[in-house]
Amino acid sequence: MTTHVVADSATMFRRSLRRMRRYPSLTFFTAGLPVVFLLLFVYVLGGTMGAGIGGPASAGGARDAYLAYVLPGILLLTVVGVGTGTAISIAMDKTQGIIARFRTMSIARASVLTGHVLGGVVQAFLALAIVVVVAVVVGFRPTTGALSVAAALGVLALTAIAVAWLSVAMGMAPESVETASNLPMILTLLLFLSSAFVPTASMPEPLRWFAEHQPFTPIAETLRGLLLGTPIGSDALIAVAWCVVISVAAFVWAQRLYERLPARPAA
Amino acid sequence: MIATSTPAVAVSGLRKSFGSQLVLDGIGFQVAEGSVFALLGPNGAGKSTAIHILSTLLRPDDGEVRIGGFDVVREPERVRSLIGLTGQVSAVDPQFTGEENLRLMADLGHLGRPLGRQRVADLLERFDLTEAAGKPASTYSGGMRRRLDLAMTLVGEPRIIFLDEPTTGLDPRSRRVMWDIVRDLVARGVTVFLTTQYLEEADRLANRIALLDGGRIVAEGTPAELKRLVPGGSVELAFDAQSDLDRAARLLPAAVRDDQALTLRVTERGGVQGVRHVLDLLDRGSVEVEGLSVRPVDLDDVFLSLTGRSDGHEESRS
Repeated sequence: MTTHVVADSATMFRRSLRRMRRYPSLTFFTAGLPVVFLLLFVYVLGGTMGAGIGGPASAGGARDAYLAYVLPGILLLTVVGVGTGTAISIAMDKTQGIIARFRTMSIARASVLTGHVLGGVVQAFLALAIVVVVAVVVGFRPTTGALSVAAALGVLALTAIAVAWLSVAMGMAPESVETASNLPMILTLLLFLSSAFVPTASMPEPLRWFAEHQPFTPIAETLRGLLLGTPIGSDALIAVAWCVVISVAAFVWAQRLYERLPARPAA
Repeated sequence: MIATSTPAVAVSGLRKSFGSQLVLDGIGFQVAEGSVFALLGPNGAGKSTAIHILSTLLRPDDGEVRIGGFDVVREPERVRSLIGLTGQVSAVDPQFTGEENLRLMADLGHLGRPLGRQRVADLLERFDLTEAAGKPASTYSGGMRRRLDLAMTLVGEPRIIFLDEPTTGLDPRSRRVMWDIVRDLVARGVTVFLTTQYLEEADRLANRIALLDGGRIVAEGTPAELKRLVPGGSVELAFDAQSDLDRAARLLPAAVRDDQALTLRVTERGGVQGVRHVLDLLDRGSVEVEGLSVRPVDLDDVFLSLTGRSDGHEESRS
């Protein structure tokens, strides 16, 4: 009966991992976009952007300053990009009828979705590892201690969990796989409307207000503080609260969608 | 069949609508343990909806559905531990091999490693999939995929199995294989509830048949009982000319005509007397009959006489 939540979730998690192993190109692809953005932001825009955020006047110095500033944004872009893959994988399950099979089996209800979420988090960390390696190669160095870096990983994990639950729900909500794959793009847009790539101070007033009150700004500021020693203040608490609230709300939404999935997938 | 134990399936007053469309209009039936029950009807009759409700995928609007004594609405988890469903849409994971698909089911059934491996190997063997076990299911033929689908359902050894149109779209050979599998399941004491559009399939496999049409059960019984509803069998009349067919069709308005073959099929109830009556009628109308054949009653005739259509090929609704 429902007492097998852990065992069933583990089974579903193994299924996600196996899919990842079988199709490694997906991981490389999800890491590819943030890597390209990182290089573009640093080498194409970095000289100008770095000066704009008050970095050194020399082009090289400005680039380094912007690399440091933008890296949290690139890490979040990686996490959000993996969400698209998570949404696609659950949407594919849905269209293939295997979810209907799971729903008639005596397995823990949450396990099917939890498997996708855990798979999404692992995928996010694999992609993050690739992005971080590239960032270090181009000159990024955290200026804080190991403990702070570990805390930053923790914040990334919480964000990845929130994004994964949201993506699972977004993957189930629409009729088609195509729509499911586009919905998480909203998160990418949201990320650009935050302090992840430029300080909110440079934005016009209404946008600035929005940027400062949406989840990605406190998350980005917390990561920045943990990696570079900038002041964090209440951002850490707000960031964690956002992640928890989004995860719980998306979990409830996803469970409800799962229970009400049509018995027969749309052909 | 003696009703000593709880019926495997007990349905009464089951209703379901989608929006304003009434799909099931108060149906009821019982399925004895260890028997095969066929829900027979045309596309859009509500067969799949019924099987989805029985297998806990859909909630009924009204009525009571008990599976192995458990209520599908109040105790869905108990029901799920008893049942297995092989639906019309393939429920295999095409990205994984046949063996991996079966393993997944063994893990979800908490069989444990040795028993799980054993059962997976047995099922691969029994469903003639051993050779293809290591290939991705996406490369399987329709028949193989259907066998894998059913094998996955059987990993947990469910007591009651729901098969939604198990042979639709299969070639005749694969269909026969599927029939053998169903017979084998019943021999092992499993209760099988299947839906089909094929009268022959219901006739060959089922202990009892319910005829579903327009959301209502129009007849229910053993194949023999249903055939008794139409005692005479049918007479097929062949004609040489279209004009003869036209005139005969006017004299026998209840008959089913086939303009291509120039034949007319009359379901009649009077045995030899009935045949004579038909011929007299045509004789008096001076219609030339080219040939005549008498067929013993089959479920086609039952269907025809109960629904006014020759068989299930109507507009489909899914």
